[in-house]
Amino acid sequence: MRFLNRSAGRLSRHRRGPVAGLAVLLLGLLVSGGLYAALSPSSSASSTASDEQLVKEGRELFLVGCAFCHGQNGEGQTDVNGKLIGPSLVGVGAAAVDFQVGTGRMPLAAPGQQGPAKPQTYNDDEIAALAAYVASLGPGPAIPTEADYSTTGLTDEEKQAAVVRGGQIFLTNCTACHNFTGEGGAMPRGGYAPRILDTSPKHIYEAMLTGPGPMDNFSNGNLSPEEKRDVIAYIQSMRDQPGFGGFSLGALGPVSEGLFAWIVGLGVCVAFAVWIAAHTTRSTKKKESQA
Amino acid sequence: MSIDTSKVAASNRTAAVASKPSKVGAAAGWADERLGLAAMGKKNLRKVFPDHWSFMLGEIALWSFVVLLLSGVFLTLWFRPSMAEVTYQGSYNQLRGISMSEAYASALNISFDVRGGLLMRQMHHWAAMLFIAAMMIHLLRVFFTGAHRKPRELNWVIGSLLLLLGTLEGFTGYSLPDDLLSGTGIRAADGFIKSIPIVGTYISFFLFGGEFPGDAIIPRLYTIHVLLIPGLLLALIAAHMLLLVYHKHTQWPGPGRTENNVVGFPMLPVYAAKAGGFFFIVFGVTALMGGLMSLNPVWKFGPYDPTKVTAGSQPDWYMGWPDGALRIMPGIESHFWGSTWSWNIFLPIIVLPGLLFTVLLLLPFIEGWITGDKREHHLLQRPRNAPTRTATMVALMTIYACFWAAGGNDLIAIKLHASINQITYFLRAAVFILPIITFLVTRRICISLQRHDNEMLLHGYESGVIMRTPEGSYYEKHLPISEARAYTLTVRDRSAEQLTPATQDDTNGVPAPKGRLSGFRDKIRTLYYADDVDKPTTAELEEAHHHADHEAHELEALDGHSAEGHHFDGRHPVSEEPIRPEHH
Amino acid sequence: MSAPTSHEPGHEPGHEPINATTDALLPDPGLPGHVWRPTDVDERAEKRAERQVATLFGLSAICTVLFVVSYITIKGGVDGHTFIGLGASNVALGVSLGLALLFIGIGVIQWARKLMGDHEISEERHPASSSEADRSQTLAALNAGLEESGIGRRPLVRNTLLGSVALLIAPAVVMLRDLGPLPHQVVGEYPGAGLEHTIWNKGMRVVRDVVGTPIKASDIQIGDLFNAEPEALFPTEENGYPELEGAHRQIAKSKAAIVMLRMDPADIVSDVTRNWSVNGIVAYSKICTHVGCPISLNERTTHHLLCPCHQSTFDLADSGKVVFGPAGRHLPQLPLGVDDEGYLIALSDFLEPVGPSYWERNTKSPEEVAKELKS
Repeated sequence: MRFLNRSAGRLSRHRRGPVAGLAVLLLGLLVSGGLYAALSPSSSASSTASDEQLVKEGRELFLVGCAFCHGQNGEGQTDVNGKLIGPSLVGVGAAAVDFQVGTGRMPLAAPGQQGPAKPQTYNDDEIAALAAYVASLGPGPAIPTEADYSTTGLTDEEKQAAVVRGGQIFLTNCTACHNFTGEGGAMPRGGYAPRILDTSPKHIYEAMLTGPGPMDNFSNGNLSPEEKRDVIAYIQSMRDQPGFGGFSLGALGPVSEGLFAWIVGLGVCVAFAVWIAAHTTRSTKKKESQA
Repeated sequence: MSIDTSKVAASNRTAAVASKPSKVGAAAGWADERLGLAAMGKKNLRKVFPDHWSFMLGEIALWSFVVLLLSGVFLTLWFRPSMAEVTYQGSYNQLRGISMSEAYASALNISFDVRGGLLMRQMHHWAAMLFIAAMMIHLLRVFFTGAHRKPRELNWVIGSLLLLLGTLEGFTGYSLPDDLLSGTGIRAADGFIKSIPIVGTYISFFLFGGEFPGDAIIPRLYTIHVLLIPGLLLALIAAHMLLLVYHKHTQWPGPGRTENNVVGFPMLPVYAAKAGGFFFIVFGVTALMGGLMSLNPVWKFGPYDPTKVTAGSQPDWYMGWPDGALRIMPGIESHFWGSTWSWNIFLPIIVLPGLLFTVLLLLPFIEGWITGDKREHHLLQRPRNAPTRTATMVALMTIYACFWAAGGNDLIAIKLHASINQITYFLRAAVFILPIITFLVTRRICISLQRHDNEMLLHGYESGVIMRTPEGSYYEKHLPISEARAYTLTVRDRSAEQLTPATQDDTNGVPAPKGRLSGFRDKIRTLYYADDVDKPTTAELEEAHHHADHEAHELEALDGHSAEGHHFDGRHPVSEEPIRPEHH
Repeated sequence: MSAPTSHEPGHEPGHEPINATTDALLPDPGLPGHVWRPTDVDERAEKRAERQVATLFGLSAICTVLFVVSYITIKGGVDGHTFIGLGASNVALGVSLGLALLFIGIGVIQWARKLMGDHEISEERHPASSSEADRSQTLAALNAGLEESGIGRRPLVRNTLLGSVALLIAPAVVMLRDLGPLPHQVVGEYPGAGLEHTIWNKGMRVVRDVVGTPIKASDIQIGDLFNAEPEALFPTEENGYPELEGAHRQIAKSKAAIVMLRMDPADIVSDVTRNWSVNGIVAYSKICTHVGCPISLNERTTHHLLCPCHQSTFDLADSGKVVFGPAGRHLPQLPLGVDDEGYLIALSDFLEPVGPSYWERNTKSPEEVAKELKS
């Protein structure tokens, strides 16, 4: 319940519109409510019953696929030297599971490395079951709904304002690691901030909410849900933006541009120079008129 | 009297006018009477330029500079070099309503609201990158072929200054749009300046008109970018070209091409057409790049805000190497008596570029001092025939490349899935070790290529034809190289001749002062020419010819007894012969 | 110079002549004879080349027309036409202009290669130096001029002239004085002025960057990272801070930006860091001590903060000490506290100058700074 209270307190402080407040309140309620019942195709008689069923299914999946690193009850595991193999999952919430498993980062090939995004190992139903199980371990952020990260309900002016504000927040909080185009960047000791242009809005939202891997957390006390929504709106607007100046050349900034200046620009010019100075075809014939 | 005056007038005219009083001729006459153009034209219109692709690399730089002038003038019509704060109300949605500097707003305006503005911006930027890249490979060509030797040392100095000024011009231009990237660049530059002992803080305050960022830096950089440096560049380019015309272009050795002549096409019409055509080509390539390849999308960076930053904050490629030096420098800072010495910044970004540039500037003089060569040189050398020089430049290039790689270490880390820390540690060592390795390897490669040249001269080239002797042993047939090629290979100095002591008694028998320096020079000179493979002596050449004749004589016995490949002896035309005679 | 150099006739000894190659190992076969091109000997080939060149020029003209047409018809800008996901206007203008220029270039060069006379001609070289006669005449003229001026005989005139001209550098230097104030002159001129100060002061609230809302300590979860600013940069009627404009606002921002994060209090290594934190919430200057890039690439798991410009890495759990990279100094920490309403505030300004080092900077360790704070 701590999560719910905090959200409510923050909302009053920010003097957000009542609709937004209601939406977040609803989100909070859904954590303890029957969100997974709605998502799960196996939802049957009563939501509580199916919820319990889902948690049970999730636990079974967890014991097979996750418990080796995260412990029998998601309490985390360390090896004999005290080195962490898998962190505790108590309180990470459904959102973290949905992000980690939904983007294919979990299960990891081996502990200790930064999980790359890859094709999902579990299907959507299984992810929902795992999320329900982990959410049952302790209160944590829930999986956001489309209402959280979509600007569909807004007027054009509101959408415009959202994109502008989202852009400023993006440039302040995200570009340092993920690059100005969202192409990603390097972090210490072989770590990296991944490319976020292909990530779905839900997963971007969840990443901000839960801070996966070495990423910082942007909880609702940090960036409000509206601000997260705005950031996503900006990222989407950049994704949809045509290449005004031509092909993006990897959008990595001056290094890739320099590479192209040398290889394409100078390469083509030198090739022309070679052609200009090359000998033309010669004839074996002699010119008759010239003596 | 009227007859007399007409005579005088006619004799004053140029030949062209006298023979054919056309309209063009009349105009030329009019101009010549005022400017005396004919005397200049007589010398220069048919001036000879040798034809080789590597002689056109400098032209790429020249023509991209013209593209820079043209596109730059276009940009100044809209660009406002002002740091006054405005609220953006232009057409780019993602930034509307954001407060930004007028400079950035006008850069957005050029990109989105001036038709063709984005094209011109990108062409200007691509041409700038091309300008400096072309200057650098032109410099490498000159050095590798020995075109920097007497009498062209001063043109080398001018060229080096052009490279320096071009780099500064590029940096000031990079800083003008006042987007996040250029602002970060200026901020780093402020850090560089502040690292200068004693005066650094003062210079920073004078440059920025107070504390960073202030509101003066962009107008000031603008003046430097569009007036001061272009003026200097123009003057130096003019001097560079004048010296080129005065010295006449160098040429590759070959039959009929000596130190005393220059062989090639005349300025009018061939060279003028080729150079003029090349201008259109460089211009066209730049336009294609500007149209198809996105460059510095300022709208994505947003206006400069001193609290924001982006991953991949890098300078343009030509500033990449000092930036790389800065990245791999260990963080050493000392404090004496309340003052701070930022070695970690001052050494890599102020001292190192200055040092390397000085070395670059002095290369022809250092080489001239070591070799003691005071002759004029107009024939180019192949890189292999000056192994130490070639290896020196390759070592310098290796240092440059290491710093360059360091400047992109974050992107290398991502693309190769490597650790940025490991790359940095590696480059810290590599920048010292790799140049030594490349120096030695290059030198050895050059020497073995020299040896290969001698083999070709003495024994001909490997024909790929395997011969079987009557005794049953096998060998590969060598065929003599053409007369022209053989001559070309022999046109070079003997290094042993250069190895005379630096201090010689002068002609009057007065003993030369033998200082410690000259002894040092003798040592260096010995090392400079060490292991060089000289061209063969006349005796060796005769001996080899004799041997070849002897062999040919032996083979004569086989003439007419066609065996596979045997008729391919270099003395009979073989184009009609079947490779394998048909067996009946 | 043991190399035998060929002395050209008419060239005075004493001059270094143009180097003739040391020894003639083989005789110079001389320039090879001219070989004709197909266009020289075959009239059909010549006509074909002529048509080819003219076609290239014609194509260029078409491209130029296309350029003008696309300039008029294709809508550029933000909501302009697109072409395979690219800005159509830029692509059309660039490609048509580029091709128009390329066709001219290729055409002219093709003309030169195929149709213009291609006899190589030879031109004599002359040594770069002037002849001995020219030299001596110039020297004589120079000496005569110097003699007539009397510059050698009248050292008083010469030296006073040199002195007075040299002194003229002074106005040129002095005139530049007003380029900017001296570092100490700006102190107190505007809020947070001077290299040793920022706009932070005791009791000023920490607010989120961009939106400017104050931050409650209880809102922050472990692992949260804030890019934050002092409240004075977001003046409202409520907080009563004066409006900052233009350069002054940028200057204040460029020094006052902070990164604030909450870590597990047990992770904090240094006592200074612990003393200046609130429940594991620590705040550091966002301005790199290397050359001043803003840094906020934090690795949550290690509390290592990386600079994207030159990869200096600072340990935020341990007084912002440098753990990697070219920075020479730790990242200054901002002492944090909580006000009556539970909002995070600064307990003072930074206790040392933020940002890159400079000559006059007096550097102290975090412990020394902390001691000073207590006294």
